[in-house]
Amino acid sequence: MSAVVAEHDDHHDHHDHGPAKGLLRWVITTNHKDIGTLYLVFALAMFFVGGAMAMVIRAELFEPGMQFVNPQFFNSMTTMHALVMVFGAVMPAFVGLANWMIPMMIGAPDMALPRMNNMSFWLLVAGVLLLASTLFMEGGAPAGGWTLYPPLILQTGKALPFAVFAVHLLGISSIMGAINIVATIFNMRAPGMTLMKMPMFVWTWLITGFLLISIMPVFAGSVTMLLTDKFFHTSFFDAAGGGDPVLYQHIFWFFGHPEVYVMILPTFGVASTIIPVFARKPLFGYSSMVYATASIAFLSFIVWAHHMFTVGMPIAGELYFMYATMLIAIPTGVKVFNWTATMWKGSMTFETPMLFSIAFVVLFTMGGFTGLMMSVAPVDFQYHDTYFIVAHFHYTLVPASVFILMAAGYFWLPKWTGHMYDEKIGKLHFWLSVISVNVLFFPQHFLGLAGMPRRIPDYAVQFADWNMISSIGGFIFGASQLLFLYIVIKTVKGGTGETVTDEVWEDASKHSLEWTLSSPPPYHSFTTPPTVIPTEHI
Amino acid sequence: MKKTKQLFAGLILMAFGLGTVQADYTLNLMKGVTKVSNDIYDLHMLILWICVFIGIGVFGTMFYSIYHHRKSKGHKAEQFHENTTVEIIWTIIPTLILIGMAIPATKAMMELDDVQDSEMSIKVTGHQWKWEYEYLDNGIHFFSSLDEASNKVRQVGSGLDPRSVPNYLLNVDKPLVIPTKKKIRFVFTAKDVIHSWWVPDLGWKKDTIPGFINESWTSVDEPGTYRGQCTELCGKDHGFMPIVVIAMNEPEYNVWVEQQKAAVIAEAGSASKQWSNEELIAKGKAVYETSCASCHMPDGAGLPGTFPALKASPIVTGDINAQVKLVLNGKGMMPAFEKMLSAVDLAAVITYTRNGLGNSVGDSIQPSAIQALQSATPGAGKNE
Repeated sequence: MSAVVAEHDDHHDHHDHGPAKGLLRWVITTNHKDIGTLYLVFALAMFFVGGAMAMVIRAELFEPGMQFVNPQFFNSMTTMHALVMVFGAVMPAFVGLANWMIPMMIGAPDMALPRMNNMSFWLLVAGVLLLASTLFMEGGAPAGGWTLYPPLILQTGKALPFAVFAVHLLGISSIMGAINIVATIFNMRAPGMTLMKMPMFVWTWLITGFLLISIMPVFAGSVTMLLTDKFFHTSFFDAAGGGDPVLYQHIFWFFGHPEVYVMILPTFGVASTIIPVFARKPLFGYSSMVYATASIAFLSFIVWAHHMFTVGMPIAGELYFMYATMLIAIPTGVKVFNWTATMWKGSMTFETPMLFSIAFVVLFTMGGFTGLMMSVAPVDFQYHDTYFIVAHFHYTLVPASVFILMAAGYFWLPKWTGHMYDEKIGKLHFWLSVISVNVLFFPQHFLGLAGMPRRIPDYAVQFADWNMISSIGGFIFGASQLLFLYIVIKTVKGGTGETVTDEVWEDASKHSLEWTLSSPPPYHSFTTPPTVIPTEHI
Repeated sequence: MKKTKQLFAGLILMAFGLGTVQADYTLNLMKGVTKVSNDIYDLHMLILWICVFIGIGVFGTMFYSIYHHRKSKGHKAEQFHENTTVEIIWTIIPTLILIGMAIPATKAMMELDDVQDSEMSIKVTGHQWKWEYEYLDNGIHFFSSLDEASNKVRQVGSGLDPRSVPNYLLNVDKPLVIPTKKKIRFVFTAKDVIHSWWVPDLGWKKDTIPGFINESWTSVDEPGTYRGQCTELCGKDHGFMPIVVIAMNEPEYNVWVEQQKAAVIAEAGSASKQWSNEELIAKGKAVYETSCASCHMPDGAGLPGTFPALKASPIVTGDINAQVKLVLNGKGMMPAFEKMLSAVDLAAVITYTRNGLGNSVGDSIQPSAIQALQSATPGAGKNE
């Protein structure tokens, strides 16, 4: 909750008013900063809800044998953990960042469609609450995995229609958010802010916006077909009625693969924003970064069936999806090389945002390596649906997307609040997180290679050692995140008490426009467009 | 940094310390026992080393930079931000590496896909939560589910030690037996939801999909016991439907085949004899625990909202013929047990549910009566 000075204005004929009074401010707000804050606070709350579910999973897997939960509830936990983290935590957090930063980065006064902005946030809340309510329904929450594969998912009890409608609401919310971001970027840029001068974060969100608009209707369609299969006697996915269960997987992953890039492209954008500031150097290869992001987005649409190498596709399909998937390594490699070149011969300092960003580059690359390994179809016949996969996508999501969200928090909190966070505790949070996240996920590679399938509540005793170590890492990682909550609250309430300059970080205003505003920025910023466009990042 | 190193060292030591107590864990992919699984292992190692090599290069450069190009050492930032030559180089080199990987990968894929010239075929059907095996050449047919010892221990809060059970969760009541040095074609399908059949030593897994047929093949050189698990989430007991494959030399395999055929004949004989109620209830209890208890719960209370209770159920306490029909033909999520269980097992378990689990109807049904229904009409008395 940013400490914003309510500037009262007597001239009612123009719109230079401050926020509404009291709690109602947060309900009716159309201000991009307020809505950004709402998204970020909601995402952080859901990060802890999804995290609590992960703790249940790791507690049950701490030792072989069934100690705490029954297998059905365990499956609900894996399913809900994924859905809450993807749709409740990571995606909303990036939308929150987009809301806060994009107008300030392109010199716009607000988002292009402020009322729709408010609606997309509240639909998100409604969607996530509806989803969470299924936990208390007869038959339990969905337990078929976040991919909701039929026929299994059709065995869900009372919760199925609620989960489907929750997905619809989340989809509408995401589409509206994405339209808003795309419209803002295309229409609201300050004079002189050409596309190829935009900060990388804006670029990555522009591309992500198009991904979201393309894929969310696909997901909504696929779950609607589940609904009609269950309640209206259609047979889209039922072989007995002439349908095909694998059809669902094709549709789902046509959504699902771009979806995972929705969570990683803005991550790339934030990393490309933070690393140059702390290396005191322009981003290396700006235009190749833009093209690489666009290529990754394009490729994400044509590789979906690499999630389905074992469903029995014809060999031509297997080979095509293998080759196409391997291609992704090229633009992704370019990005990693560019970040390294940005650091090369810089003058680096290692404040918390930089530490998280460096950890992101290293650990995301490890997730990329395992991704390359599993792109090879015949080898994926061994890796598929094992803990090797679990390790892979957690490396690309936790020490990548989540770490960058933390980095973004530390990087922009002083700008948002006008207060400095506690660097010591920030660094403690970083070191605890980076060590425990590896203790948590690295052993899962071993488990997968040794033959442990994913989504099982109990396991053979030869998997016991690494599971215990992984759980210990999980508990430490979970507990460490409470430090982040503490830091955020403390910073909002006044932080360390040092005065924060407009730039916050040395020479940051050379890189991007938000650092030319006061800290905290006025409730309405850039009501007149800026005249000087920073080009340092290019 | 020093502290971090110490922490890591401590953790690694801890891992080895635990390892000596429990032993037997592995870090890498297993080579397996077929040519295909060995090819896959080699491919895995090739890509792993490529990744390690690239990783050392990239991270090495990065950490060199982090160490030397820092402000605290007084390093002044240079301002270069573009170099087309470098960009072209680091696009082309990865492309060449990928082509180098794609060639052996394509070869392995073609080999895996070639099910021609197989010498025998086995049909594998996935059920919630057991496997059905049918030898298409000699008609041997049976179900394979989690062994009783593991099943007892894996119940929530059983308090029993998984380490006391040999091959905990990786053992079955009836393993799949195959001959060595023969190309065996597997065909896969499923009854209810999607499952996936995986034995790591064979080098692959394949999804079993209701209404569709998948194929794969193997040829095992060495006799031995190879274990695996279902790898596609298939509901509540997904973690509890293991696979055991025993590869035998040809002569031993032939002996096994003869034993199976003899057992079928013996089974048919016992179905025609008259069973007492006590005999049926005693046998029925065992059948219930392996075939029914995972859904209807060991005490017959069911799971509200998902699986109905049998205790005081109107069907179980009502007309016995209606119950027989339902058990034989299934309904909704309840599978049709007509072919999954023998006539003796069916008669026993139906009698048990009516006279156990807190019910006391008092009647019973003879295996011979079930047998008559089974042979008279496949899908006996099915009325929709």
